[in-house]
Amino acid sequence: MNMNKSFHYFLFSFFLSFFFVFFANSPASDFSNTSVQAPAPPLNMKAFDTPNDNGHSITITWELSPDDGAGKSNVISYEILRSDNPDSGFVVRRMVAAGVNTYEDGGVKEKKSEDYFPSHKNFYYRVRANAEKGSSLSDVSPPAYAYGQLFHTGRTVILVACVIFTVFTIMFIRKAKKGEELYIRPLAGIEAVDEAIGRATEMGKPILYILGLGTAADVATIASFTILARISKMTAEYRTPILVPCNDPIVMIVAQETVKAAYLDAGRPEMYKEDNIFYVTSMQFAYVAAVNGIMVRERPATNFYLGKFYAESLILAETGSVAGSIQISGTDEIAQIPFFVAATDYTLIGEELYAASAYLGKEPLLLGSLKAQDWGKALVMISLILGGLAASFHLDFFIKLFAVKL
Amino acid sequence: MHLTPDIGIWIGGLLTLGIFSFLYGDNPYYKFCEALFIGVSAGHWFVTLFWTVFVAKMIRNVEIGLNTFITQGFSAGMADYMHWSYIFGGILGFLMLLRLFPKIGWISRWSLAFVVGTTSGYYFITYLVSNGLRQIQRTILPLYVHGDFYTTIGNLIIIVGTFCGLTYFFFSKEHKGTFGGLARLGIWFLMITFGASFGYTVMSRMSLLIGRMDYIFGTWLGMLG
Repeated sequence: MNMNKSFHYFLFSFFLSFFFVFFANSPASDFSNTSVQAPAPPLNMKAFDTPNDNGHSITITWELSPDDGAGKSNVISYEILRSDNPDSGFVVRRMVAAGVNTYEDGGVKEKKSEDYFPSHKNFYYRVRANAEKGSSLSDVSPPAYAYGQLFHTGRTVILVACVIFTVFTIMFIRKAKKGEELYIRPLAGIEAVDEAIGRATEMGKPILYILGLGTAADVATIASFTILARISKMTAEYRTPILVPCNDPIVMIVAQETVKAAYLDAGRPEMYKEDNIFYVTSMQFAYVAAVNGIMVRERPATNFYLGKFYAESLILAETGSVAGSIQISGTDEIAQIPFFVAATDYTLIGEELYAASAYLGKEPLLLGSLKAQDWGKALVMISLILGGLAASFHLDFFIKLFAVKL
Repeated sequence: MHLTPDIGIWIGGLLTLGIFSFLYGDNPYYKFCEALFIGVSAGHWFVTLFWTVFVAKMIRNVEIGLNTFITQGFSAGMADYMHWSYIFGGILGFLMLLRLFPKIGWISRWSLAFVVGTTSGYYFITYLVSNGLRQIQRTILPLYVHGDFYTTIGNLIIIVGTFCGLTYFFFSKEHKGTFGGLARLGIWFLMITFGASFGYTVMSRMSLLIGRMDYIFGTWLGMLG
């Protein structure tokens, strides 16, 4: 009985083995050998000059191989080949991963560089799709050459914003020059300037004016120069000395010119002392150490901190407070405003600093630009409301209006 | 306690204490440290600028331009001749030095005008993009997000906060009535932001203080670990 059962097992095993061997070698089992086949080539090759650049770059696009992703021969990479002859001489420029269907072939303009990419020269491209075993080449692209563009279309919005702002500025400057009264609301910090200078005069002590750590070209420093001119004129009239320790040599020179012109304007050029506007050092905390020393030794009645400030803001303001000075501060450095708010008597927050220079100066140029800024802000406020509504209704075009490509 | 024998660390520790002594009041020790700090930093700054700007930028480039002219004459490419443009910076720097001579000192204003004018023009565009257009783009948010209460509230806070903040910085109108109310709300938003910023920065300053304490008690006096 057992022998009979064993024979049946043997027969079953034999036919099972025969079945597997037979079907394993049959043509229908091709899926087990897919990797040996080359993938289908990439299609629809396009090559064109990369837009919005200075030349020296061509962009290539292609349709992915049908075998990229879910095909029989999964593509693992693409190679971009270039030649200046459509029939021969193609060399590999770059390899990109599967699923990528664009490449920017660029270089530099320096002829001596190894990475030189000539403009105004025709190039032809092919893309090779690589599978694990085997690869296939696309057709040759049409010729393309690189050339620079004079106008960057991605920056059109900057141009429009500049034009709008410039038109506003010119319009308001003309109005101011014609003598039209342009209203600017009072700023508490600036209203206190007269009081602060008067206090220094009564006490017979100097005024300390700190321009911050900015360069002469920083907007905050430029605004501070205008305020310095106004304050210097007042100190000249009151015969109160003004000390201006500077962190930057160029800032010092501009400050000297500003104070000198203010003294001349006040009719007291003989009172101007160039040594009172002096360079200390460009190193941040060494400068702080020096200014702190001046505060505790000279005991100025009033300290002005107007310009660009960084980590030194609180140290200076606290020392001034300990020295018993009345303090007026202003900066556009957002991270430093809290320290000035906490440690000084009056603070000009951000753009108030720019407004203060126009408010004090009353010059048509400054008033006009301040008014233009206000109109610019009004436009931004309108844009925010309209943009919020547009975004709520998924009208993305409105957001794209402000998109800038750099 | 294990005092370091390193003389450099001793000098650093003593100078740190000298600057800290200002907390007690102005004193000769602080004055010495202050004078040393200013003198060394000004000297260091001068030497750094001399080698990294004057020599590395101007002298080197003019040298390259000169060598190119000697070896290739007028046959070199345009890019090679651009090295000469660095001499323009040198001329502007030289004009600044004319301030030392009162009679012709006014010429230095040309350099100032160039530096301030060109940099301001450059900043105008970068500020317009970073502080203007990109801010607007990021603040344009949907007023209502269906099924997401918290995002809706967050978006409304950003939009209302920005709108009211801009109202505060509108200088052409007095802060009265509804406009004044919006401006007051704007300053509330600003003050809350400043408060958060204050706390954050104070924490980072504490880490600086900890660093100094670690230097004094650890590196110098060897009292830690």
